[in-house]
Amino acid sequence: MLKFEPRGAESPFWRYAAPVLALLLTGVTAGLIFAVMGRPPGRTVYTLLVAPLLQQDGLEALVVKAAPLILMGVGLSLAYRANVWNIGTDGQFTLGAICGGGVGLAFPDAPAWALYPLMLLAGAAGGMASGGVVAWLRVRFNANEILTSLMFAYITQYLLVWLVTGPWRDPMGFGFPQTALFSDAAQAPRLIAETNVHLGIALAPLAALALWVMLEKTLLGFQFRVLGQAARAARFAGFRETRLIWVAMLISGGLAGLAGLLEVTGTLGQLTTTLSPGYGFTAIIVAFLGRLSPLGVVPAGLLLALTYLGGDAAQINLGLPNAITGIFQGILLFYLLGCDILLNNRLRWRRRGPVPT
Amino acid sequence: MTHPLPGPLLQMTGMTKQYPGCLANDAVNLTVERNQIHALLGENGAGKSTLVKMIYGVTRPDAGTVIWDGAKVTIANPHQAQRLGIGMVFQHFSLFETLTVAENIALGLGSAAERVGLRERILRISTEYGLPLEPDRVVHDLSVGERQRIEIVRCLLQNPKLLIMDEPTSVLTPNEAQALFGTLRRLAAEGCSILYISHKLEEVRALCSVATIMRQGRNVASCRPAEKTVRELAEIMIAADLSTPTPRPARVGTARPRLVLDRLTVRSPHQFGTDLKDISLSVAGGEILGIAGIAGNGQNELMDALSGEILAGRPETIWLDGQPAGHLGPRERRLAGGCFIPEERNGHGAVTTMTLAENALLSGFGQGGLVRFGLIDVGRTVAFAERIISRFDVRTSGAQAEARSLSGGNLQKFLVGREVLQDPGVLIINQPTWGVDAGAALAIHEAIMALARQGAAVLVISQDLDEVFVLADQVAVIAGGRLSAPVPTGSVTVEDMGRLMGGAAHAEV
Amino acid sequence: MSFFLVAFLVSTIAAATPLLLAAVGELVVEKVGVLNLGVEGMMLSGAIAGFATAHETGSVGLGVLAAIAAGMAMALLFGVISLSLQANQTATGLALTIFGRGFSALVGARYVGIPAPTLPKLHLGALSDLPVVGPVLFAQDPLVYLALVLLGLVAWGLRSTHLGLILRAVGDQHNAAHALGYPVLGIRYAAVVFGGALAGLAGGYMSLAYTPMWAQDMTAGRGWVAVALVTFAAWRPFWLLVGAWCFGALMYLSLYVQALGLPVPSALLSALPYIGTVVVLVLISRDARRIRLHRPAMLGQPFQTRG
Repeated sequence: MLKFEPRGAESPFWRYAAPVLALLLTGVTAGLIFAVMGRPPGRTVYTLLVAPLLQQDGLEALVVKAAPLILMGVGLSLAYRANVWNIGTDGQFTLGAICGGGVGLAFPDAPAWALYPLMLLAGAAGGMASGGVVAWLRVRFNANEILTSLMFAYITQYLLVWLVTGPWRDPMGFGFPQTALFSDAAQAPRLIAETNVHLGIALAPLAALALWVMLEKTLLGFQFRVLGQAARAARFAGFRETRLIWVAMLISGGLAGLAGLLEVTGTLGQLTTTLSPGYGFTAIIVAFLGRLSPLGVVPAGLLLALTYLGGDAAQINLGLPNAITGIFQGILLFYLLGCDILLNNRLRWRRRGPVPT
Repeated sequence: MTHPLPGPLLQMTGMTKQYPGCLANDAVNLTVERNQIHALLGENGAGKSTLVKMIYGVTRPDAGTVIWDGAKVTIANPHQAQRLGIGMVFQHFSLFETLTVAENIALGLGSAAERVGLRERILRISTEYGLPLEPDRVVHDLSVGERQRIEIVRCLLQNPKLLIMDEPTSVLTPNEAQALFGTLRRLAAEGCSILYISHKLEEVRALCSVATIMRQGRNVASCRPAEKTVRELAEIMIAADLSTPTPRPARVGTARPRLVLDRLTVRSPHQFGTDLKDISLSVAGGEILGIAGIAGNGQNELMDALSGEILAGRPETIWLDGQPAGHLGPRERRLAGGCFIPEERNGHGAVTTMTLAENALLSGFGQGGLVRFGLIDVGRTVAFAERIISRFDVRTSGAQAEARSLSGGNLQKFLVGREVLQDPGVLIINQPTWGVDAGAALAIHEAIMALARQGAAVLVISQDLDEVFVLADQVAVIAGGRLSAPVPTGSVTVEDMGRLMGGAAHAEV
Repeated sequence: MSFFLVAFLVSTIAAATPLLLAAVGELVVEKVGVLNLGVEGMMLSGAIAGFATAHETGSVGLGVLAAIAAGMAMALLFGVISLSLQANQTATGLALTIFGRGFSALVGARYVGIPAPTLPKLHLGALSDLPVVGPVLFAQDPLVYLALVLLGLVAWGLRSTHLGLILRAVGDQHNAAHALGYPVLGIRYAAVVFGGALAGLAGGYMSLAYTPMWAQDMTAGRGWVAVALVTFAAWRPFWLLVGAWCFGALMYLSLYVQALGLPVPSALLSALPYIGTVVVLVLISRDARRIRLHRPAMLGQPFQTRG
């Protein structure tokens, strides 16, 4: 009988090997699912995960897709380390896009040097406001942040639909539910001319680095880690839980808001009824795949971005619905969580224990 | 209940159990005769609990044979143990707080047939054996002694041939313990053998006819305890000459008070906690005040109210070194010169999944430049942890070892060291040696006394009466959230204390 | 007026039924100390499994069974990872929701915009023809009654049976239950799978009776609302009914006001039930001591045996 035996201390090897194992298992499972669906597993996986990168502009598409995931995942890795379960980053993303985008739409003639920084601020502020409300409800009224943050994601989505079908609808847009296009000054600055590589691609790794330093090297970060691992010990040390919840929600919300603003000004160019193709949930997987370490989130974000490209490729080249992205993301998270048992346990083959007489 | 078969009731040979990194039982033998009260002696960590858990089927042995009532058996789970006629009263009770007495007992019975007419049988057994119980009361309202009676009644309902009692008197007042001994003697006379686990030598000498002594997972001796002195038994148990802590010179009587509580009243934040009512005391520099009491009488609330985890409301209810501190959080109280060591090590005093260096930072972050401009100085933090490790002889692979890799005694030495090295003016410690081996306990006692000698005011909260008497200059008893007036240690007897622990809080000693 | 009243009551009860089913299941799961946040994912899986099966076989009954089976399979997956492999229950529940959304969207891609057989309403002759009372009480579909029966059974079972006592004990103190010889993991698995069955059934109700069709993400957060209802009810079964009906009424009113053509944008009205959930959560959670009094002590804590 296979049994797990506690190791007594965390294994440094499996700390890094467990996510790799989870990825491999996900690949094998994916292949099996394709085989069941009557598709050649090898070629299908290749089409999904390798071919998109080999296309012209493949890398460009990858980093553009990864930027919002990394920004959101970095914030979540911080919040989850402190046991603050913000799962409504989609709402914070959307409110950031609404607030920042709203500023852009309100001043179509403003010069770029003044307008865009203001939009960035408004985007971050929108996300922070959305996250802040969740923090306030948790701290002041003890309301579970998992449920409230998710409910706000639904509410914000309806707010967006109302805005783009109502007051903010483009009068020249033939009745489509969308706003006017942003002015040139309200577009995210490009890092490389003539490409989609916008400011967010530089901001994402910077945010990861900054939060890594904060989490690993500062007393504030230490407080987050203690709170997440032993709330009682945090109280004993005098670390104030309410303050940490506020900070975690404001940072993760703010980064999500920033991601939303960068996404609409960097790739979409206007507000429409759907801004986020499920980034909120994907960012959760990014955070876990990155082992809840801000630096680990960077490669994790790139990998999950690839599953989006793969989903599109599957739809175009294989006639598969792009919902398979969601399935593989779910399977990956299952394996990631399951493989973590190897961190603190070893697998042993043992004879069955004594049986009842 | 007597049995026709000759031979011992229970005979275990070569019992072995390996846990990761720890051989808990190494070829242990144990024989329990019929009608016998048999002591299983040993200090914390000697392997007594592992052995009885194997008898009761909670833990499966890696090797060894069990002969019960003349037949070889394998005990796979507690239900089977109960069917064989083995009952067990746990040290940490396996009771359900939100359920009633009758529901708790029903859960311990194997089949529906046994639950027929349960209420009446509970009442009958409890009156017959002097174990008063009310079947419909919810457990969280009951005292520790009442909870123990539930467990005993639950076992007796199954007509056991062997009753295992794990450290039963550690939660009882001296009077309650005497009543329990009466019940146990009567049971033994009626044919039920008792396996009595303890490290309290006096009561083993008074109660048990045979003792099996364990040390570090092995048998070391078997004897008739009545024929040995307490000291002889202790030396077999610990395998060393018992050195007692060096006595301290009498305290200088004129030192100024460094810790003062003035009518401290706090509502417990815990669901089934005890509120603190009107607690007043004063501890001078160089003095140790010991607070005795049965578990669950407000000790944890008092600890949290002193450390700042529960705020006291009015600032003037707590004074640290002349500064009103009732409204201050833990951080500010440390700045005012306080240091605190809570009862629970795992997840309260220490984060078990973090390294010792990080745990040193946990309460030491305000000291010695460990943190500058918000950045952690790793070098200094590690050096601080290493200083604790070497000064307090903490057995570990180093400052980068995870706290959970340490034994209870070593982790406690580390935590005591962490606070003592911060040179506090006031030290407050709850259950200093709970679950700690004798060597570490001695080291911890010496560290506490040394700190007092240097002029700190020390408050020791402990359920171990012996410990209170060894350490304290003044003693008081906490019962039902109220504190008796502190009196000099030399002026009270164990009986006085016992009476107070039983709830006579307002009586003058 | 009586037309409005009938429409209001009938719609409220119908809208409340999937919430009630899922919440009753989640209540049992939480009572044994497990927090499964994957209700939304299990509901979606149940919805598509039920719809696809009913469409392919032409049998609503088989569809309902398939919905239940899909919910159970998802719950089993949750059990393996969070109970056997001891992963964080919050994260595993999220994984279940993500997976369920993807799975249902993939399978459901072929079923968008096509009809399937619908669960018939009961007709009890003269009783059903009574004014107001008839359509409200005696002409609903069978799952409406089943939900109420299940609620009653669970309430009675938890309070008055020995099995219920064991379930409560496991959620109150799992180590003590283990020491008494109860198979904690086995009991938790059983409860989790039961919760999955009800969540799957709730999903099946959505796609076979409530809005008989398949649309991606058609449960629209109802699984989460069901989780919130359990907290709202403070783990007391009959309060689930109150919560589910309030929520159902809110949903009906948001549609009704839209139909009246009041000058309130429909998108904002659609947000009403979610705003209502937040408001209710805040009102309920404010009293932390009361929540702690009723909350199963072991909720969300992994159980690990030694030896």
